[in-house]
Amino acid sequence: MTGPGSLPVTGFPEPGPPRFESIAAVRTGLAGIDYLADEGIAGVVYLADRLAKPVLVEGPAGTGKTELAKSVARLTGSRLIRLQCYEGLDESKALYEWNYKKQLLRIQAESGRGWEELEEDIFSEDFLLPRPLLEAIRSPEPVVLLIDEVDRVELETEALLLEVLSEYQVSIPELGTVRATGIPLVFLTSNNTRELSEALKRRCLYLHLDYPDVERERAIVLARVPGIGADLADQIARIVRSIRSLELKKSPSVSETLDWARTLVVLGVESVDADVARDTLHILLKYRSDIERAAKELAGGAAGT
Amino acid sequence: MVPPAPDGPGAGGPPAGPPVGTAGDGGGSAMIAVLGRFVGELRAAGIPVSMTEHLDAAEVLRHIPLEDRPALKSALGAALVKSSAHWRAYETAFEVYFALRGDGYAIEGEADGEPGSGEDAEGRAAGAGDGGRMGRGRGSAGGGGQGMTAEELAAMLMNALTSGDEAMMAAVARQAVARYAGMEPGRPVGGTYYLYRTLRNLDLDAVLEQLVDGRRSGDRGGQDGAEGGGGDTPQAALTPLEERLARDEFRARIDLLRRQIEDEIRRRLVADRGSEALAKSVRKPLPEDIDVMHATRDELVALRRALQPLSRKLAVRLARKRRHGRRGPLDFRSTVRHSLSTGGVPVEPRFRYPRPAKPEIVVIADISGSVASFARFTLHLVHAISAQFSKVRSFVFIDGIDEVTRFFEHAEDPAEAVHRINTEADVVWVDGHSDYGHALTVFLERWGDELTPRTSVLLLGDARNNYHASQAWVVGELARRSRHVYWLNPEPRAYWNSGDSIVGEYGAHCEDVVECRTLRQLERFVGELA
Repeated sequence: MTGPGSLPVTGFPEPGPPRFESIAAVRTGLAGIDYLADEGIAGVVYLADRLAKPVLVEGPAGTGKTELAKSVARLTGSRLIRLQCYEGLDESKALYEWNYKKQLLRIQAESGRGWEELEEDIFSEDFLLPRPLLEAIRSPEPVVLLIDEVDRVELETEALLLEVLSEYQVSIPELGTVRATGIPLVFLTSNNTRELSEALKRRCLYLHLDYPDVERERAIVLARVPGIGADLADQIARIVRSIRSLELKKSPSVSETLDWARTLVVLGVESVDADVARDTLHILLKYRSDIERAAKELAGGAAGT
Repeated sequence: MVPPAPDGPGAGGPPAGPPVGTAGDGGGSAMIAVLGRFVGELRAAGIPVSMTEHLDAAEVLRHIPLEDRPALKSALGAALVKSSAHWRAYETAFEVYFALRGDGYAIEGEADGEPGSGEDAEGRAAGAGDGGRMGRGRGSAGGGGQGMTAEELAAMLMNALTSGDEAMMAAVARQAVARYAGMEPGRPVGGTYYLYRTLRNLDLDAVLEQLVDGRRSGDRGGQDGAEGGGGDTPQAALTPLEERLARDEFRARIDLLRRQIEDEIRRRLVADRGSEALAKSVRKPLPEDIDVMHATRDELVALRRALQPLSRKLAVRLARKRRHGRRGPLDFRSTVRHSLSTGGVPVEPRFRYPRPAKPEIVVIADISGSVASFARFTLHLVHAISAQFSKVRSFVFIDGIDEVTRFFEHAEDPAEAVHRINTEADVVWVDGHSDYGHALTVFLERWGDELTPRTSVLLLGDARNNYHASQAWVVGELARRSRHVYWLNPEPRAYWNSGDSIVGEYGAHCEDVVECRTLRQLERFVGELA
């Protein structure tokens, strides 16, 4: 198992020992903490570790993108550092900021000293406020970095991430370049509200998380909802698949499936029939028109199509 | 397609072997060469693969065991394909380049030594990639179908679908292709015809009904544990809900079978003609590059799916553009007033708050058979981003014309409104063949007064007028009353003004006539419009 360190990349931090033995190990490991990954997901996580590359996770809302990062952090026993993206995110929120109040104080306190000396002093690490990206890089312990909803920042702001993602380093003009001590596992999530830049995509492995198939969804329901029977879980998974096959404004997400399953368990339902389904659909679907549509379809209103 | 700055030798043509030859354990240089050709094919299919991504893929080969095809597929995909819309094109190319000699053939061994299997084993040993092996045995396998009778095959099909056993379904797929596809070696086709022949013989729609009927009558023999459809009431007749679930279940299985048949055909074609030659004929266009006018049913579904994110992205982009281009003309008074604080020197110029004019849009679309789907997509897209316009009005015509704005006003979902247009709009005047001249004249009479100098008029159609009078002066009149008149033609430019197409006559009065065959072109046009 040669690591990626054999590539002729200058200044690349030494990769640590591989975190995972094999793809299967990732999968069983994640299953052990109730995240049911399919082959594709496990494969990409495994590769992310071996190739030391960030993973860009895209897909509809509520399919477990953020959860994946959290679960991997738990599995590897790493600290999870999260950068929530929003419009207007800037350097001082994402990378680092100088603690200017402290700098001022120091200048006042040392008013007798020469400027040269002072300047060197106040632009040192003591006065640096690390923000998530820098923090993830400097952290001595293993880290999983989650950059959430990266599609919310403007195209120009994406550039802030590039250095961190490809070189695992941050350049601070006054201080020099801070290199990572160990290579963090990085996950970026996107809801695909806009096209991400080529530069960003090129640096990442890409994982599209879609709605799970019936078997996986059933397994997820069984794993995540305490006290649910296998029959009910099966029925739930199949009904949800039927609903997703309709053309709705918003298909039910996995988290909504889980909410629905929990509700049914609380209500003491053992088997879903059309009436129960109609009465509880509002947990699964959030638009009036969608609910009506699904209720009609499930009651057999448009059978034979 | 931009070659990366840091490493890699400049321009990356497809066959330029990536400099990862150091990998002794990654399947060797043969594999690297296959990868090079594979990447070339992806680029030819329109997927942008940069040099870095190519290198990543080579690196992937060192970490993923080659025997594990599904893992290899998703892993290479993760490195090479960065958009889910491109996945289908990638998948097809992958199947052609890497799926050639799957172990699948072995399962069928006992079904009476299929002449292909020996050859396949041989192919596997020889290493992936180069084709040129002519399928000697294939032709005879196609004609003979020596394995089973038609009845046996049908029974096996039912059995496989009822149980949902994937291996069994794969076996059915192989048998069905051998029996029904009638493949002839050496023919330069993409396999659609073979697929059609196989499916026609299997008649899967009837099979679906049969399966549902079987479930309805309580025949639940031989099902795997996953079933248990109605947990508590196994004997009672199916409720509509249960029936629907059963139907969806079977439909999913049939879809799987169909994919397996497609794979099988492709596999045989690859063995016959080699991957390079085949890749070209099975290449799947990306959704945004599909020719809307000639899209197949599957492609239309893909298009519809692509349309929603597309319109959302377009809306976000336009809204951003509007918000960020925040510099109106110089506000002289404000600049002078603020210069007082700097002693009368206008240090900081002030600008007026910009009020970018939102155009009014009038869409007039031909919805006769040949261009209907194009009109639908355009209407959908324009209305989905209607917030970017001050007003959108839509009219549809064949030989009569009707306003359909009202459908969009009350619909939460443009797709629904488009559907209503098809069923409710009153667009037939005489015979239901396009008559641009009449439709445009009526438009001018009834709504012409409502055009203002702020209106942009979009005319949609192929201008195939069935030799009616063109009444091109009407377009001239529209142009006089409004700000812009554009004509969007979904036909390739080469066909314009041939046969009964008179787009040139109308185009003379338009500001521009735009070829709009794909979503990509449509998006670009609409984006510039707003």
